[in-house]
Amino acid sequence: MMNFKQFALGTAVALGVGLSGAMTPAAQAQDSNYVPLLTYRTGPFAASGIHIANGMHDYLKMLNERDGGIGGVKLELEECETGYNAQKGVECYEATKGKGALVYNPYSTGITLQLIPKAGVDKIPVLSMGYGLSAAADGTTFPWVFNVPDTYWDGASVVIKYIGEQEGGLENLKGKKIGYIFLDAGYGREPIPLLEQLAEKYGFELLQYPVGVKEMQNQSSQWLNVRRDRPDYMVMWGWGAMNPTAIKEAVKIRYPMEKFIGVWWSAGDDDAAAGGEGAKGYKAMNFSGVGRDFPALDDIEKYVVGAGLSSTDAETIGGTLYNRGVLNSVIIAEGIRTAQELTGKKVITGEDMRMGLEALNLDEARLKELGLEGFAHPMKVTCEDHAGSNPVFIQEWNGKKWQQASGWIEPMTDLVRPLLEQAAAEYAEKNAPWPKRTEPCPN
Amino acid sequence: MLYDIFIDPFVQMYDMPDFFLQVLWEGFVAGILYALIALGFVLIFKASGVFNFAQGIMVVFAGLTLVGLNENGIPAYLALALTIVAMGVLAYGVERVVMRPLVNQPDIILLMATIGLTYFLIGFGEFVFGGEPKQMITEQLGLPTGSTAIEMGERGLIILQHIDIAAAVIAVIMVTALGIFFNKTRIGRALRAVADDHQAALSVGISLNQIWAIVWFAAGLVALATGIMWGARSDVSFALEIVAFKALPVLILGGFTSIPGAIVGGLIIGFGEKIGELYWGGLVGGGIESWLAYIIALIFLLFRPQGLFGERIIERI
Repeated sequence: MMNFKQFALGTAVALGVGLSGAMTPAAQAQDSNYVPLLTYRTGPFAASGIHIANGMHDYLKMLNERDGGIGGVKLELEECETGYNAQKGVECYEATKGKGALVYNPYSTGITLQLIPKAGVDKIPVLSMGYGLSAAADGTTFPWVFNVPDTYWDGASVVIKYIGEQEGGLENLKGKKIGYIFLDAGYGREPIPLLEQLAEKYGFELLQYPVGVKEMQNQSSQWLNVRRDRPDYMVMWGWGAMNPTAIKEAVKIRYPMEKFIGVWWSAGDDDAAAGGEGAKGYKAMNFSGVGRDFPALDDIEKYVVGAGLSSTDAETIGGTLYNRGVLNSVIIAEGIRTAQELTGKKVITGEDMRMGLEALNLDEARLKELGLEGFAHPMKVTCEDHAGSNPVFIQEWNGKKWQQASGWIEPMTDLVRPLLEQAAAEYAEKNAPWPKRTEPCPN
Repeated sequence: MLYDIFIDPFVQMYDMPDFFLQVLWEGFVAGILYALIALGFVLIFKASGVFNFAQGIMVVFAGLTLVGLNENGIPAYLALALTIVAMGVLAYGVERVVMRPLVNQPDIILLMATIGLTYFLIGFGEFVFGGEPKQMITEQLGLPTGSTAIEMGERGLIILQHIDIAAAVIAVIMVTALGIFFNKTRIGRALRAVADDHQAALSVGISLNQIWAIVWFAAGLVALATGIMWGARSDVSFALEIVAFKALPVLILGGFTSIPGAIVGGLIIGFGEKIGELYWGGLVGGGIESWLAYIIALIFLLFRPQGLFGERIIERI
């Protein structure tokens, strides 16, 4: 009898909790826009994930505190810890999508690949800012996925273009060796097809050095290979603990750091600082602001960090990855604002958000208005192009901080775009029946 | 193809002796570091027959405690002493809260308890220190940094990192000290008695609880040394936990109960995986290190199922 009572009580409590959870979306839908943030502050990738998570959270929180949200409607923020694990990422997605989620930012190519087929079914867009499936830039095939401002293939073309510039022209790459050290996961493997195409076109040799997730902090073999092969340049697609280890190992084998260039995710302040003085000259691509000399960041400090509403250490505001998180949230916020303008609604849905992102136009004037003048290259999304293939710059570590080391470099769009479209068609074929686009175009 | 497998690697070794010596040095350093990690597992296994799943997180916890204390203004050597005290408190706590209530339970229960301990330490560590990586306080601890290049005339050079040399020296000192402690002291003999038979050890007045606390403390010290050395090579973060599982093939090879086994196993795996990766890895696209260690261990197991130095267990039925 006692057991039955306990069972009945437990069931009642569970039902109560369940019902309260089920009622949450309705309650939220009336007075706020719900933005789940898939983040990772724990595990092997926390080193990178924490700064991104802080930047994303703080900018949106600042809008709540300073402006009362967007369009007079507060943002309901909820973080879900994925640990950069695809399975946990999907669990987070399933647990939060019913709450009226407007958009998902997986911050993992692995999780993004899992969510792409779900986005169109659940009518919630996926924003994989500068990561994920490169082919998703084709908005005709992937109306629910956005990877503005650049795909990995754009990045790979920029890095080769930059190396070509250092050598006096792309034609001088013939006979050169370019090493590619990468996290041996979906993320690191993503640019390889494009790099192979570029190697064939320009006649350089592409040497690949995969680093397994379990070997991130144990890369001596890869760097011994680098020492033996003597590549003219090294390109890195690293994340989490892989980055500082790679930079330390490069210093250790005395690789010329000015010829070592990372993707924008290998551009963390902690990553470069790990190499100490020897890391001077290390370079990385970037598409978000360097430093903290932006009024919007001052507002973050004033309204959020200084007010104790964030777990951010004030000194880390302005770091490369923190600023990247901020830019991600700027795109989210501008997507919401655009959607509100397009639909005339204050509280929007995932479908509205998709329209907002597809009509995104973050021009210089708007960036200035946001207090982020020069923080990013102006970017515009169209129905056909969800990435925009925007220019990227190179930054250099001076031993203490990052400094911009080049102007904006355009990706090789003429070469990359047809390949992206071809890859999108192949994806649709492999995943047949892939739905044909029926979504309206707001442009 | 046959040339690439059977001839070319040896030609490379001959043509580039400096590189081959560098590979051997890296293999030696890796082996020593693997052995250090394996040692932590062996100590606990010897005393309680438990595979301590928490050894990896103990490495992280020790490293974070050291760096975290220093970040809060405590001088490096005092932080080191306090970290040793913290590992002692952890050892006592584990014995009191985890091990003692589970005396005479099946091994699988104890294994599950160490898994639980792992998650507790992850959560507790993140709560106290946060999830951000920290730089190891190498210089403050008086450990050497920088490197020495040994010129080999026209045949290139070998680069020796001072921290790697220090790691090798510290590992040798720790292994020797532990070897003497467990073989020549009363407590060491008691430990071996406990490892052989809990009940028999209890019947002659050996305190199981005391032995367990000492062994967990010793494993904590090994974890601290491992955390410092691995942390200096990369950074101190929760990613180090994964590195700890590099010890698995070492344990399979060396046996779970042998300190010399951990050392020899570590060195065989260290040399084997570096030479394999550098001279044969390219044939299959590289990145073979992570599984090559297991292949090496399995080959040895074909001939010595109990591991190189493991005790042969004969059960009569």
